[in-house]
Amino acid sequence: MSEVIHADHHDDHAHGPEKGLKRWLFTTNHKDIGTLYLWFSFAMFLVGGVLALVIRAELFQPGLQFVQPEFFNQMTTNHGLIMVFGAIMPAFVGLANWLIPMQVGAPDMALPRMNNLSFWILPFAFGMMISTLFMEGGGPNFGWTFYAPLSTTYAPPSVTYFIFAVHLMGASSIMGSINIIATILNMRAPGMTLMKMPMFVWTWLITAYLLIAVMPVLAGAVTMMLFDIHFGTSFFNAAGGGDPVMFQHIFWFFGHPEVYIMILPAFGIVSHIIPAFARKRLFGYTSMVYAVASIAFLSFIVWAHHMFTVGMPLAGQLFFMYSTMLIAVPTGVKVFNWISTMWRGSMTFETPMLFAIAFVVLFTMGGFSGLMLAITPVDYQYHDTYFVVAHFHYVLVPGALFSIIAAVYFWFPKWTGKMYDETLGKIHFWLSFVGVNVTFFPQHFSGLAGMPRRIPDYPLQFADFNMISSVGAFIFGLSQVFFLYVIIKSLRSGAPATGRSWEGAKGLEWTLPSPAPYHSFTQPPVVKDEEVLG
Amino acid sequence: MLLSGLAAADELNLRVGVTDISRQVYDLHMTIFLICVAIGVVVFGVLFWSVFAHRKSKGVEPATFHESTKLELAWTIVPTLILIVMAIPATQVLVAMYDTGGEDMSIEVRGYQWKWQYKYLDDDYNNTLSFFSVMSTPRDEIYNQSVKADNYLLEVDEYLRIPTNRKVRFLITAEDVIHAWWVPDFGIKRDAVPGMLNELWTVVEEPGIYRGQCTELCGKDHGFMPIVVEVLPEAEFDAWYASQVSTELVRQETMGNDLTHEELMAQGETVYGTYCASCHMANGEGVAPVFPAIAGSAVALGPRDDHLSLVINGVAGTAMQAFGRQLDPAQLASVVHYQRNAFGNDVGDISQPQDVINLSNGQ
Repeated sequence: MSEVIHADHHDDHAHGPEKGLKRWLFTTNHKDIGTLYLWFSFAMFLVGGVLALVIRAELFQPGLQFVQPEFFNQMTTNHGLIMVFGAIMPAFVGLANWLIPMQVGAPDMALPRMNNLSFWILPFAFGMMISTLFMEGGGPNFGWTFYAPLSTTYAPPSVTYFIFAVHLMGASSIMGSINIIATILNMRAPGMTLMKMPMFVWTWLITAYLLIAVMPVLAGAVTMMLFDIHFGTSFFNAAGGGDPVMFQHIFWFFGHPEVYIMILPAFGIVSHIIPAFARKRLFGYTSMVYAVASIAFLSFIVWAHHMFTVGMPLAGQLFFMYSTMLIAVPTGVKVFNWISTMWRGSMTFETPMLFAIAFVVLFTMGGFSGLMLAITPVDYQYHDTYFVVAHFHYVLVPGALFSIIAAVYFWFPKWTGKMYDETLGKIHFWLSFVGVNVTFFPQHFSGLAGMPRRIPDYPLQFADFNMISSVGAFIFGLSQVFFLYVIIKSLRSGAPATGRSWEGAKGLEWTLPSPAPYHSFTQPPVVKDEEVLG
Repeated sequence: MLLSGLAAADELNLRVGVTDISRQVYDLHMTIFLICVAIGVVVFGVLFWSVFAHRKSKGVEPATFHESTKLELAWTIVPTLILIVMAIPATQVLVAMYDTGGEDMSIEVRGYQWKWQYKYLDDDYNNTLSFFSVMSTPRDEIYNQSVKADNYLLEVDEYLRIPTNRKVRFLITAEDVIHAWWVPDFGIKRDAVPGMLNELWTVVEEPGIYRGQCTELCGKDHGFMPIVVEVLPEAEFDAWYASQVSTELVRQETMGNDLTHEELMAQGETVYGTYCASCHMANGEGVAPVFPAIAGSAVALGPRDDHLSLVINGVAGTAMQAFGRQLDPAQLASVVHYQRNAFGNDVGDISQPQDVINLSNGQ
């Protein structure tokens, strides 16, 4: 853009950000909203982390030391809810806001005002949910899966606030998804066909459809709870002709796609970072896209594998066992493709790459334990033990969370125009890597040995592994505070970044200067194959 | 040395258990696990080799290949075949587990917040034998005021007893919320869902005491409702069962007899400790606002029959259960008598089993 054009549009100053608080309250800019989402999710991550440390402190030794069982249950419940709905999901939406317009060559999101609303709902939703912890009778204490009737007839009075908060979170997610779909389908630069879209855009497109499909199911579940609690219905009450097991079917019909909502964008992120640092084009782009689509499809027909012990006919158990095992095939394809991308590349190991490689290894380990859990007859032994806890933390922490951290390091120079401190980034990686494994690896053992999940106290034979696990949790927790320090230090005094901040980085966002201009692409960029396909 | 090694292995892996099913499950677990380990070694081996060898610092120029239909077909088909290899034994074990019917005896297992009820379903004795099994680990141990026993949190007042070598069917259900009944050494676990009846069976070959825990979050004391099953040799079981049934018949006949204040207080204290103290606390102070105090409460100091009715019928929509379905008249009378005359409550009246029977019949 030349000086002359600038002069012509001299009165166009409304396009810059406003000053002060109003900038953040009223913003319709995808970058500002992305930033809000990311800081919000980080704040929630720290809150959820504190709750996790309360849990781990109590479990450091057998016996009750710090908290009572009823408070412990509130900690496990809110830890899960906050991490799932407050940390991981908003972080991915924040990344989508920042990256999708830049990656498809658009100036902004398609629906900027709705974008503002979908963010600003969240602080109220979580404010309400967390406030229940201070109410009479306490907050939600029935697990993040809130199985009826523990969450209806036997719930604390604050459950109504929880239901309203879940409704708000759902509304936010649905609006965010509509926005993402509208942006991707309508605002791609000319020449960017669907099969030339960056993987992050592809994974988010599919994730957004999953969200639109299942968030209303969750809303239905909590609405039925609301009616059971306040209006005398018996959806989930056997004594009134209802069925507590129906709650679980509805919940997991939402819940299983939900867990893929938390991992598909991670697949997208890793598919950008590995090629960039291997200096080699992503292997098997087409099969990557089809693998994500297959995983998304399968996510709708496997839900009852969370319910193998609930009592189902043999044919049902077999169907859900086989369909669950099938997920290993497209997931395996993805892992093989990432490794083939690395194969005979020219790799360097900056912080984002370290997190991405750790993602591939540790997520795959979570995949192995997932495959073991799919085998119905042995799942009877694993179900609701720490083996399950280890499994889903392996896919969510070094899986989803590591990919988010990798994305922050990878795109940080593009967002801020500054490089982070590489040494500090690597220290952060190694602390996190050690912390996460020391925390969660021993939980495989305590689970196999028979320790049930969600218990505030445990028999003596589980003492050693719980102590190790608690030590790891504190290492991991503190290393995320260190992450905050790394980010703030880099924001203040990072070295200036170039437009293409990484030698091997490909994609339209890297054709922009760093920091990226407030309105990413005011003119549609020319889409060149060697740029978008790497 | 060998024994401690075995003990360590126990802490690391699934238990082999003591039934045919549990051994099949263990073998299946090891098969799947070893296949996963083998795949992991190959996949991670390739990855780490690549990380080691294909570095820019070694001056490697990046290759330019980015697809291979043959390779991609291969790593779609081979994993599918491996999955089929896993699915065959998995299906066989599952089918074996579903081999219900032909049982020698049936026991109803009913989960309550936070205890188990076992009822021997026996037409000959009109399902007479039924009892609760409540964790007996003292609160002192939980609150670190005394040394924890070996079976900390895995000790109950009444064991479920079953014979060896007979096929025992368990009918699993729950009274309030969902629980799950699990004995790892038998290789069986099933959710106890209120309003539904789930079926489970086992044949245990070795006598012994086997312990498990509730595995579905069921509220405050979810961590404190263990399962203990004692497996007796057949003859020993039959003798035990016969004596239990006859004791039970005598107890039922004398259940309505009047008791003295001292007898009521003694039995009441025991019943209170087992059934009431987890919510209302041992000192009757409760936990405000969820679990009201009994000391000085309007109910405990008010009319006796209202107090009895509340304990018999429970309070709908709260954690206060209908104990009329759990306790016999003597237990109900004594616990109410105890509550009205302990914790500084000094009502001074007397509650007799016959009062409970009259009250129940009058409704």
